Amino acid sequence: MAETGKALHNPLGLLAELTHRCPLGCPYCSNPLALDPRQDELDTPTWARVFAEAAGLGVLQVHLSGGEPGARRDLADLVAAARSAGLYSNLITSAVGITADTLRQLADTGLDHVQISIQDNTPESADRIAGYAGAFARKQALAAEVVRLKIPLTVNAVMHRANIDHLGDMVALALWLGASRVEIAHAQYYGWALKNRAALMPTTDQVKRAAAEVETLRTRHRGEIVIDAVVPDYHARLPKPCVGGWGRRSLNVTPAGKVLPCHAAETIPGLEFWSVREHSLADIWANSPAFNAFRGTAWMREPCRSCARRDVDFGGCRCQAFALTGDARATDPVCHLAPEHDKVAALAAEQHDEPYTYRRM
Amino acid sequence: MREAAAIAPDVCPRLPRGVRLVHNEAQGGWVLLAPERVFKADAIAVEVLKRCTGEATFRAIIDDLAQSFAAPRDRILADVTTLLRGLADKKLLEL
Repeated sequence: MAETGKALHNPLGLLAELTHRCPLGCPYCSNPLALDPRQDELDTPTWARVFAEAAGLGVLQVHLSGGEPGARRDLADLVAAARSAGLYSNLITSAVGITADTLRQLADTGLDHVQISIQDNTPESADRIAGYAGAFARKQALAAEVVRLKIPLTVNAVMHRANIDHLGDMVALALWLGASRVEIAHAQYYGWALKNRAALMPTTDQVKRAAAEVETLRTRHRGEIVIDAVVPDYHARLPKPCVGGWGRRSLNVTPAGKVLPCHAAETIPGLEFWSVREHSLADIWANSPAFNAFRGTAWMREPCRSCARRDVDFGGCRCQAFALTGDARATDPVCHLAPEHDKVAALAAEQHDEPYTYRRM
Repeated sequence: MREAAAIAPDVCPRLPRGVRLVHNEAQGGWVLLAPERVFKADAIAVEVLKRCTGEATFRAIIDDLAQSFAAPRDRILADVTTLLRGLADKKLLEL
């Protein structure tokens, strides 16, 4: 198998996009611009089968995401199904649409972890970014309930130009809420974020200050809270090892049942995705054309093909390569060795204070 | 690497809610499942973590390990302190 570089690994994580419905309108949403309507969503028994098949493939963790997973009336049944499949369940929520009652039910069912997104450190700014009045207060209330029920809490702070200077205050807020972990998640330019790129893009100075601040905060809060952060893509010299390598560590099931190597994979034209409605997850993982398109290293061109880091970052992100160069096989232009790296530097310097295009169905 | 701070002998280390040690054939052995993270646990870590039940004291855990592996107690104490402090910093263990 080494010759083709296509050795089949066991996936570790399943991102289950239970629905695309969401009350918030965050302009950096990673969902596609064309959202799946409610009537196309998979039903409870199909998700339960998918979870069981995922566990059979070696998946250890399921991330219940969306959209807002709280929009699913059967959320407790889905958590129960994940639990009985033996999966570690992680709820990724905006907190709007999950009541204290629902949360208690989920806790009783065995939910392992909750991640709540926070848009900024003040209600005015946070609600403006989310496009939803009152969201900030509801997030605080649900976070308090998560901590009261002794479920570990991660705060996901999506960073961009409007809030990156508040990074320290957002970490302080996460600590105050009782989170054991905070993700400094710089906006990634796919889906809605790509549409809003110039309105979201931080300046190079902001990014440098943020990186230094993260180091200071990590030292100050060692043992109190885990701070996970990576350098934002467009400001990096090396590309991210996107999803830990295409078709290598994780898979993503859309609300309607399509199985994708990553959440943005549908933006690459010509890929054939299979659905859990017609195939088992094991069949899809091993044989679906989309998963095999960029698995391993045989698809690579130079400078990736002979690069010492080809098995470390896997050429970066295929969706980004396509979005920025028009060629999904190109080296991710974030890489300083990529012929089109200059383009990324130019885009990173492009800031326009135009109004956000909010994510809407 | 800085020396890990001592752990009180009567502390009962435990995995917090949201952290589970599981054996998984497909992933090649023992893994520690944590919020949005998965860690491979080597043989030594597994022996230590299996004993972190929240019931056994740190002193009892060290005694047990020293006896089970016929190793010098001081050495075990130093290694396990470093391991557990590291895990606690990552919020993977409660001390």
